[in-house]
Amino acid sequence: MSEIQEMIIETTEKIMQKYSTKEVINSAEEGQWAGNLWNQLVNNGMITVAIPEELGGNGGDHSDALCILRLAGKYAAPIPIAETYMANWILSRLGISVSEEIVTISYPDDSQSFVLNKTDDGWSISGRAKNVPWARYANKMLVFGKTTEGDVLTTVNLDYAQIKNNMNLAGEARDEVSVDNVYVEDSTVIHIDKDEQLNYLFFAGGLTRSVMMAGALESILDIVINHTSERAQFGKPLHRFQAIQQQLALLTGETAAASMAANCAIKSFETNPFSKEIALAKIRVNEAAGTSCKIAHQVLAAIGFTYEHTLHHNTRRLWSWRDENGTERDWQQIVTAELMKLDKNELWSLMTNVKNTLKKVEQ
Amino acid sequence: MKAIRIPIIELPKESEELRDEIRQFISEEREKGTFEPKCDSWLSGYSPDLSKKMGERGWIGMTWPAKYGGQERSSIERYIVTEEFLAAGAPVAGHWIADRQSGPLFLKFGTEEQKMFFLPKIAKGECYFSIGLSEPNAGSDLAAIKSRAVKVDKGWILNGSKIWTSGAHFSHYMITLCRTSTQDPNNRHAFMSQLVVDLSSSGVTIRPIQLMTGEHHFNEVFFDDVFIPDEMVVGEIGNGWNQGMAELAYERSGPERFLSTFPLLNELTNILVEQGDKNGLNQVSTVVSRLWTLRNMSLGIAQLLEEGVPSNTIASLVKDMGTKLEQEMAEIARLVVNVTPSLQSDSLIERFMAQSILHSPGFTLRGGTTEILRGIVAKGVIQK
Repeated sequence: MSEIQEMIIETTEKIMQKYSTKEVINSAEEGQWAGNLWNQLVNNGMITVAIPEELGGNGGDHSDALCILRLAGKYAAPIPIAETYMANWILSRLGISVSEEIVTISYPDDSQSFVLNKTDDGWSISGRAKNVPWARYANKMLVFGKTTEGDVLTTVNLDYAQIKNNMNLAGEARDEVSVDNVYVEDSTVIHIDKDEQLNYLFFAGGLTRSVMMAGALESILDIVINHTSERAQFGKPLHRFQAIQQQLALLTGETAAASMAANCAIKSFETNPFSKEIALAKIRVNEAAGTSCKIAHQVLAAIGFTYEHTLHHNTRRLWSWRDENGTERDWQQIVTAELMKLDKNELWSLMTNVKNTLKKVEQ
Repeated sequence: MKAIRIPIIELPKESEELRDEIRQFISEEREKGTFEPKCDSWLSGYSPDLSKKMGERGWIGMTWPAKYGGQERSSIERYIVTEEFLAAGAPVAGHWIADRQSGPLFLKFGTEEQKMFFLPKIAKGECYFSIGLSEPNAGSDLAAIKSRAVKVDKGWILNGSKIWTSGAHFSHYMITLCRTSTQDPNNRHAFMSQLVVDLSSSGVTIRPIQLMTGEHHFNEVFFDDVFIPDEMVVGEIGNGWNQGMAELAYERSGPERFLSTFPLLNELTNILVEQGDKNGLNQVSTVVSRLWTLRNMSLGIAQLLEEGVPSNTIASLVKDMGTKLEQEMAEIARLVVNVTPSLQSDSLIERFMAQSILHSPGFTLRGGTTEILRGIVAKGVIQK
């Protein structure tokens, strides 16, 4: 880890501790924008990391940005930082300058359809999308749309959109957005190879979510360790009971595995944004999320089942996030496509990323 | 959480040459018919011939100093050798313990004479060791051992017995943990020592214990007034417990803790790819995801161990999760392909299934049971 990265982590962690508190997270669920948290990150240059300076970014690489996301996950930060990162990464890959505005993304699924029509001085966009993260607080939304000349990508100013509030399991804003003949400047409409862009978004989404989930799992482990050390029953701390120790060990294993999987995915992303490592990581982290939430709630019992306790800030997010940006099933299909390409006895080559150079032997 | 932080290891490009060399060797041996691949080959695959050939190529004792017959290569290169042979289901049981555990123990605690005597022979693939820990009344509670050596002129007289000793019937020596003084009820780990027992000595009786399949890997080993010369004491008298425990992280985090049933997963993948069974392959994808994660954890720990970072907690984690996965492979396979597992079958997958199922109870017992490991992990993270 570079010195700069250590500084980024230290600064971000301080901001998170101070501005992503229990009160902030709870009031975000009530519809209060965590403005201080966002502004602190903006002021410290944390919003446009991994974007070249000539495109309005702050430099650094993706792993720097992902360190910030990991902490955002750990502290359940109620802000669209992952979406803003990804939208800006996509734009900057296309050579477009970015700003420090709050940008969200309309994930191109079945619920989404946007059509752009050429007008005299630009374009007019109409359409709607469901489950747009944090749309009600965002300035702009990245949209995949259709024109008569093919697929385009554009950003829509959300001041002119109709927004119906909705939430995921964690109370995070996942809104329904409709736009009706909203003007879009010609310069922001970019013709794209849709499959390539969607693929990039899918993999970047899987990666960012995995990293945030690894952060959330770390927090859960901390909570469980503290609880089992402080809470006593039958005259001794919970962690002295073998039954609890077994649970604690399983939870530790899942957390360590999720962390390793996410880190490996981060590493692979720099050289290949479509690597199978991201698929393998999201599968593993999703699996860890289910197991860990179950264990944590079992160990914390009724106390952890209340709104008063903060365990649910992480567990409810994990339950949502494992389904966002690809379930196990979605990512299994990516890995399966890789497996289908294998010759006989080549699974080990795939595991080691070292191809067989020798002639085959029939087993 | 510092206790579970594991570095990511990027294998150097040069290591691919080593991998190629090994794959070439394995493929040639398979063509010659030297061995049949099987699951759990590091316990049940014994081939003095293959061990010797590996020794000739410098693949045993790889990291040791050249003056002791080693190659002075990195622990990551050693890792590559072990994982390639395991993945191929090759019979490496002969030298496995000596290479993994006994050799490093001599390097760390042995005398110069011991190193000069044992290490070159081990590295040649001609000298095998067993682990003498469990006793009839000391299983998970290892500190309850009773085997005892009493000081005599120029050595020790050992009495007692060891049980569940894999490979004692083909090993030349056993590193035996025993008491060298009376038990101290206040310090159960004190006064234990590690002695090298020459298994051909008079007074040593090795009796087979058949596995539930009738296979012979386990033994019970009896010591009846066995004389152990002073030169065969490893490290310090009385320090046996600590010496033994220091090596456990090596034993627990290696690739043999998640690759024992890899030949089954490989064959299952072959079949599903051939059948174009994407649903089946989706299941395999999940297993691949877990294996990939564990392998990266295990590689990271190999690196930490080389740097001398204590890694007992994370090593125990890898063993717990890895052995559980080894057991699950057959459970997944049986539901995605139609096979009738049988050790005698002509079909590879049916044999691999049978080996995986019938050997599965051992995976989560040997080298520390699941329950013991989880206790270690829990205590490890609570302490931090």
